[in-house]
Amino acid sequence: MWRSCLRLRDAGCRLLTQPRGALAAPARPGPTPQAPARAYAPPTERKRFYQNVSITQGEGGFEINLDHRKLKTPQAKLFTVPSEALAIAVATEWDSQQDTIKFYTMHLTTLCNTSLDNPTQRNKDQLIRAAVKFLDTDTICYRVEEPATLVELQKNEWDPIIEWAEKRYDVEIGSSTSIMGPSIPARTREVLISHLASYNMWALQGIEFVVTQLKSMVLTLGLMDLHLTVEQAVLLSRLEEEYQIQKWGNIEWAHDYELQELRARTAAGTLFIHLCSESTTNTGHQGKLPTLHGWWPAGAG
Amino acid sequence: MAALGSPARTLRGLLRELRYLSEATGRPYRDTAAYRYLVKAFRAHRVTSEKLCRAQHELHFQAATYLCLLRSVREHVALHQEFHGKGERSVEESAGLVGLRLPQQPGGKGWEP
Repeated sequence: MWRSCLRLRDAGCRLLTQPRGALAAPARPGPTPQAPARAYAPPTERKRFYQNVSITQGEGGFEINLDHRKLKTPQAKLFTVPSEALAIAVATEWDSQQDTIKFYTMHLTTLCNTSLDNPTQRNKDQLIRAAVKFLDTDTICYRVEEPATLVELQKNEWDPIIEWAEKRYDVEIGSSTSIMGPSIPARTREVLISHLASYNMWALQGIEFVVTQLKSMVLTLGLMDLHLTVEQAVLLSRLEEEYQIQKWGNIEWAHDYELQELRARTAAGTLFIHLCSESTTNTGHQGKLPTLHGWWPAGAG
Repeated sequence: MAALGSPARTLRGLLRELRYLSEATGRPYRDTAAYRYLVKAFRAHRVTSEKLCRAQHELHFQAATYLCLLRSVREHVALHQEFHGKGERSVEESAGLVGLRLPQQPGGKGWEP
C-alpha cells in the first residue's frame, strides 16, 4: 500500500516541477542558462520510515513487521512467507536498508511479492511451459563457429553441463551452431515438464526468474540440483562476455556492474527455489531436525 | 555436486556480510535473527561434517548461495552509488570515464558571457 503512495507522491512532484520549466523555456528569448538542468535524475528512494524489523508467525506463515505495521505486498495483501529462513532473509533485507530503502537491491522481497500477488495471473501449467520454452533458445545450446578459441571454450565449458543434464534426467538435449538452435525431442520436454510439476507455485516463480536471468534452463537445473554454484552458473551464462572481456578489457561500470547484479539476482532466485521447495527447512526448529536425518543408516552419526 | 569449500569458511563469510549489514542499524550483528538462525543451523549440522551427508550439503549450498547474494548486492550497490546513483554526469566527468580530458583554451573561448 505504501508503495502506491510513494508512486503518487513522485507523480505529484513531477506535475509540480515539470510544466513550469517546459513553459518557461520557449517563452524567454534571452541567452540559455549556464548549466541547463537535464532530464535524467537518479530514481528516488524512499526514506527508511521504521526502526525495528521483526517476524511473527501467523496462520498463513511467517509475517514481517516494520515497527508495529505489518508488511504488505504492492497489491495490499498481507505479506506472508511459508519458510522461517526466507522470512529471516527478507527481514534482514529490510533491516539492512541504510537511510533510504533501495528496492532494487531487495530481490527476495520482490520474489515473495511476485509469488503472493502473481501479477501476471498465470497458473502452474503456464509457468512450467514458460520455463521449458527457454530450452529451445538455451544459451548453452547455441554455439558459434568462429573464432576458434571461443568455439573451443564453449565446447570445454558447456558440453560437460549438457552431458550432466542428459544423464541426470535421461533425456537428449544436444547443441547446435545453426541459427534455428538445437531441435529438442518432444520426450525431453515431457520429462522436464513432469519434473517441474513436482515443484510448488512459489518455487516455480523462482525457477522462471532464474531461467530468465541466466537465459538457460539447463544451468537452472544445475542450480536446482546442487550441481553448480551460483558463481559457476553465472560465469557459464556470461561465457562469451567473459571471453570478450579477456580480449578487449574489463569496464567496471558496465561489466562488473552487470556481473554483480546478475549474481545477486541468480543467488536470490536460487535461494528462493530451495527455501520454498523443501519441507525440511520450513520449520527450522530443533525438535524437527531428527526427521531431516531420517534416511541415515543407523549409527552413521 | 558443486564444490563449496569448507563450511567454516562460508560461515565466516556470512558473518562478515552480517557485520556490514548491521551498519545500517548500528546494533551489534550478534543480536540479529539472521545471526542466530545461521549459527544454530551450522551447529546442528556440525556433527556430520566428516561424512557425505545430503542434508548437510544442502544446507551448505544454501548458505553459500546466501553468501553470494549478500556479497553481490553489497558490491552492486557500491558500483551503483559510484557510477549510476548521482544522475547525469557533466561533460568533463563523462570524458574522464574513458580516459579523456576536455581541451582547455587560455583566456576562454570568446563566447562566454
